[in-house]
Amino acid sequence: MPESSLEIKDTSCSSSRYRMSSLRQYSQSSVLPLPMTRNPYNMPTISAFCTEDNVSECISYINREVSSLGFPLLCTESNNGPELNLVDVLNNVYNLLQLHRRCLQTVEDIEVEQVKSNSNMDYLQLSNTRLKDQLELSKRENTGLLERERQLQLKVKSLHNCLKNEKEEVQKLQSIIASRATQYNHDMKRKEREFGKLKERLNQLLIDKKDKKQTFEVLNYVGRSDGKRSLWKTGKTEARHEGEMYKTLLNDYDSRHKDLLMENAELKKVLQQMKRDMVTILSPRKHSQSGEKHDDSLEQTSSEEDEVCDSSRESLELSCEHAREQLTNSIRQQWRRLKSHVERLDSQASLVGERANMNAIPKEVHEQEMDRLKLEIQQYKDFIHTQQQLLQQQLNSPCDDETASLLNDCYMQEEKERLKEDWKSFEEKRKNFEAERRNFTEAAIRLSHERKAFEEDRATWLKHQFLNLTPFGDQMKPQMSKSQSALSGWAESKVRPVSTPAKLNKSLSHTAFSTSRASPAKTPSTADLYRTHRLIPEKSPSTIHPKQDSSILRNGDIPAQLRHVNGGANC
Amino acid sequence: MNFSEVFKQSNQLCRVSPDGKYLATCVQYRLVVRDVNTLQILHLYTCLDQIVHMEWSSDSLFILCAMYKRGLVQVWSLEQPDWYCKIDEGSIGLVSSRWSPDGRHILNTTEFHLRVTVWSLCTKAVSYIKYPKACQKGIDFSRDGCYMALAERRDCRDYVSVFVCDDWHLLRHFETETQDLAGVEWSPNGCVLAVWDSCLEYKVLLYSLDGRLLSTFSAYEWSLGIKSLAWSPSSQFLAIGSYDGKVRILNHITWKKVTEFDHPATINNTKAVVYKEVERKPVVGSADLSIQHHITMGSTLFNTQSKYEICPLPVQVPVVKPDLDRANPKVGVSSMAFSSDNRYLATKNDNMACVVWVWDMQRLGLLAVLEQTSAVRCFQWDPRRPRLALCTGNAKLYLWSPAGCVSVQVPAEGGFQVQSVTWHCSGDSLILLGKEQLCLCYMEVGEEEEEEDDDVK
Repeated sequence: MPESSLEIKDTSCSSSRYRMSSLRQYSQSSVLPLPMTRNPYNMPTISAFCTEDNVSECISYINREVSSLGFPLLCTESNNGPELNLVDVLNNVYNLLQLHRRCLQTVEDIEVEQVKSNSNMDYLQLSNTRLKDQLELSKRENTGLLERERQLQLKVKSLHNCLKNEKEEVQKLQSIIASRATQYNHDMKRKEREFGKLKERLNQLLIDKKDKKQTFEVLNYVGRSDGKRSLWKTGKTEARHEGEMYKTLLNDYDSRHKDLLMENAELKKVLQQMKRDMVTILSPRKHSQSGEKHDDSLEQTSSEEDEVCDSSRESLELSCEHAREQLTNSIRQQWRRLKSHVERLDSQASLVGERANMNAIPKEVHEQEMDRLKLEIQQYKDFIHTQQQLLQQQLNSPCDDETASLLNDCYMQEEKERLKEDWKSFEEKRKNFEAERRNFTEAAIRLSHERKAFEEDRATWLKHQFLNLTPFGDQMKPQMSKSQSALSGWAESKVRPVSTPAKLNKSLSHTAFSTSRASPAKTPSTADLYRTHRLIPEKSPSTIHPKQDSSILRNGDIPAQLRHVNGGANC
Repeated sequence: MNFSEVFKQSNQLCRVSPDGKYLATCVQYRLVVRDVNTLQILHLYTCLDQIVHMEWSSDSLFILCAMYKRGLVQVWSLEQPDWYCKIDEGSIGLVSSRWSPDGRHILNTTEFHLRVTVWSLCTKAVSYIKYPKACQKGIDFSRDGCYMALAERRDCRDYVSVFVCDDWHLLRHFETETQDLAGVEWSPNGCVLAVWDSCLEYKVLLYSLDGRLLSTFSAYEWSLGIKSLAWSPSSQFLAIGSYDGKVRILNHITWKKVTEFDHPATINNTKAVVYKEVERKPVVGSADLSIQHHITMGSTLFNTQSKYEICPLPVQVPVVKPDLDRANPKVGVSSMAFSSDNRYLATKNDNMACVVWVWDMQRLGLLAVLEQTSAVRCFQWDPRRPRLALCTGNAKLYLWSPAGCVSVQVPAEGGFQVQSVTWHCSGDSLILLGKEQLCLCYMEVGEEEEEEDDDVK
C-alpha cells in the first residue's frame, strides 16, 4: 500500500490543477457516497439519513452543509420555519450530481494512470535487472581479458628471451661457420697442395716405372699439314711468335678502328643532314614571316649556311676534339633556334585562332554554296526518279507490242550492221586470198615457163657439151658461159619453190582456215614464202591496212561470230 | 624433305668430316666411314675395344678413336687404309683425347688431370703440359687454329697459359682473378679470351691475346652464377647465361652489358610469336572418320601427329620448380647458340625445358618462342642459313626459320627417337642420332618454305 499511495501522489503531481482542486473538493465534501473506510461515520447513515421525523433537521443540516460548501442556501429562514426553496434544491442536486460524475471520471483516469505507471515500473525493473546482468558479464569478461593480457605479456617476455638466446646462438653459429669456412678453405688449400704433391709424385713414379710405359706406335710419320718442315726452336721463334701475335692483335684493332670510323662517318653524315634540314626548315619560314626583317634574315641564313658548309667540310679533316665541339655547338645553336621558332609558332597559333574567327565568313559562304549544291543534287535526283517512273508507265502501258517491235527492230538493225561489217571484212579477206592464189598460180606458171626454159637450156648445154667433145669446142665457149650464167641466175629462184611445195600447200590450207592476222605468227613457212616472192606481204598489208585499223581487234572474234550467225540462220 | 635409311651407331658417335665429304660412325669397336652422298661404305676399321670418343682431324685425313678405359687412342688414315697409329697412355690413364687444330698432334689428358700429353704424328716428339685444370672447359683452341688457351691450377691459384699451336711454344702465362675458374673460350676472331668463374660466383674476365685484362663483368653476387657462355660468330657479342634465368649480352667495345634477356613464365611481349606444338592423336573408332583422316591414319597409325599453332598472347609457359636440395638444380640458361649470320640467338632455360627462345639480335628483343610437348634435348643452327633444328627425344624433327615453324615426322620404322641433331656443314642435310641408330635428313632447297607456310597455317 505505501507504493500505491506513492503512486497516487505521483499521478496527482502529473495531473492538472483543475483535477487537484476537484479532488480536494471531493475529498473534503463529497466523500460521502463513497464506501471508503476513512469516512466511517457516513456509512450507516446513508440508508436512513432522512426520515419523516427529521426532515427539518435534515433540511437544516443539508442547508448548513450546502452553505459551507459554497452552494446557495436551500431554504430561506422565513417566519414559519425554514422554507424549502425547490429551485435551489434542484439546482444544488444537479450541481452535486455533476460534481459526482466529474469525480468518478477523475477516479477512472487516475486508475488508468496507475495501471500505466505500474507497467512502466515493471518494465523499468526488468531493464534494470537486465543491465545489472550485463554489467556482471562485462565485468567477468574484463577480468578474463586482463588475465589473458597478463599471460601474453609473460609469453612475450619469454619469447624475447628466446630471441635473445637465438640471436646469440646465430652469432655463435656464424662465428663457427666463419671459422669453419676459413678452416675449410685452409684445409682445401692444404688438400689441394697435397693433391698437387701427390700428382707430382705420381708423375714421377709413372715416369720412373718401367713395366707399362706410354707407348706410341706409328707406321710412318706423316708430313705437316702445311707441307713445311718444322722449325728449330731458337730465340728467333719466340720473337716471331710475339710478332705474329701482335700482328693479329693489330689487325683486329685495325679492323675495329675501321668499323668505328665508318660508323662515326655515318653518324656525322646523319648529324650534318639533320643540321642542314634544320637550316632549311628554319630559313624559308623566316622569309615569309617578317617582311621588314627579310633582308637581315636572308643574310643571316646565308651566312649560317656558309658556316655550316664550312664546318661540315672541315669537320672531317679536323681532329675529333675540334670537330665535335664545332658540330655540337652548331647543332645546339640550331636546336635553340628551332625551339624558339616552335615557340613563336605556338604564339602565332593563338593569334591565328583569333584570326580564324574573321575567316569564318567565307566558311559560311561555303556552307551556303554546299547547301545550294545539295539542293540541286536533290532536284536532279527527283528528275531522274520521275523519268524512271515515266519509263515504267510507258512500258506498262497497252502500247507494249509496238515499242517491243520497235526495240526489236533496233536490235535487228544493230545486228545487221554488225553482220554487214563482218561480211565486209570477210570479203576483204577473201579478196586477199584470191589475190594470193592468183599470185601463186602466176608463180607456178612462171615456174613451168622457167622449167621449160631450163630444159631448153639444158638441151642446148648438152648439145654444146656434146659439140665440145668435138675439136671445134673453143669457138663455142663464150656461148656456153652465157648459158651457165643464166642457169646460175635461175638456180636460186628455182630451188626454193621446189624445196617447199608441200609446205606451201599446207600453209595455204592453214591460212585458209585461220585469219590473216594469225598466219605470220603461227606458220613461219608462209612468211618465208612471202619473203621469197616479195609480192604479197607488201601488197596485201597495203590494201588491208587502212581499213584494218578498226577490224584488227575484231578479226580474232570472227570465228565465234560466224558460228553465232550460222546458228541464227539454222534457227 | 627426304630421309635416308637407318644405320646402326653406338655411343652417339657419328661425325661428318670437316670437308663435308665423309660420314664416320662407330658401331661398338668398329669404325665405319661412308660417303655422305651415296652412303656407301668406303672404309671399315676395327679398333681394339669399344670406341668411346671419335674425332676427325681438321683436314679430314685422319680419324682419332679413343678408348678411355684401356687408355688407348687409335688413329686411322683415310688416304692409306693400311696406315695405323696407336697411342697407349699406359697406367697413367686417359680421360680425354683431342686433335690439335693442325691435325698432326693429339692432346691426351691423363687421369686426375696429371698432365696433357701432346703426341706428334710428324715427329717422334712428345710434349707434356703440367697442371691442367679439371673444369667445365679447360682447353680451347682459337678459331684459326693458331693458339691454345689452357686453364691451369697451381698452388690454389688459377692460371691461363696461351700456347702457339704451331710448335707448342708457351706464349703467355698469367694468373686470373678467379676463385675457381670454370672455363676459357676464345672469341671467334681469336683476339679475346673469355674466362669465367665457377657457378658459386658470377664473374667473367676478358683477356686480350697478349694477356692483358680487358674487362671484368659481374652481374650480381651471393647467388649461383654463370651456367653457359657463347660468343657471336662476329665476336661482337658475348652472351652469358646464368642461374637466375637471364642472358646478358656484352658488347665488344666497352665490354659492358648491352641488354638482358629474361625468360618469363608469362609471355606478353607483343613482338614475339609463340609457336606451340599441339599433338593430334589419331581417333580410332569414332563414327565420322573422314577420308583425309583415313589417309593420315594409314601412314602414322601408332605415331601421334603434331603441328605448331600460334598462341594468342599472353601465354603461360610451363615451369618446373627445381629440387633445391639436389646438386646441379635444373634452373638457369644452360644452352645458347647464335645463328651463323649473327642475327638470332637461341636459348633454353632449364626450368622451362620444353621451350626454346629465339631472340632477334638486331632489335635486341624476343622474336619467337617454341613450346614443345616434351623437353628439348638439343638444338643447332644451320651453318649457312638462319634455320634452327631441334629435337625432343621423340620421332620428330623440328625446324624453325624466320618464315615459320615446322615439325617433321621421321619416317623410320621401329621407334626412331631423335636424341640429337647435327647439321652437315653445307646446311643441306641433317644427321639425326637415335639411341642406337642414325638417319640422314636431306633438305630440299626451295621447298621448305612452302612446307613451313603450310604448317604455320
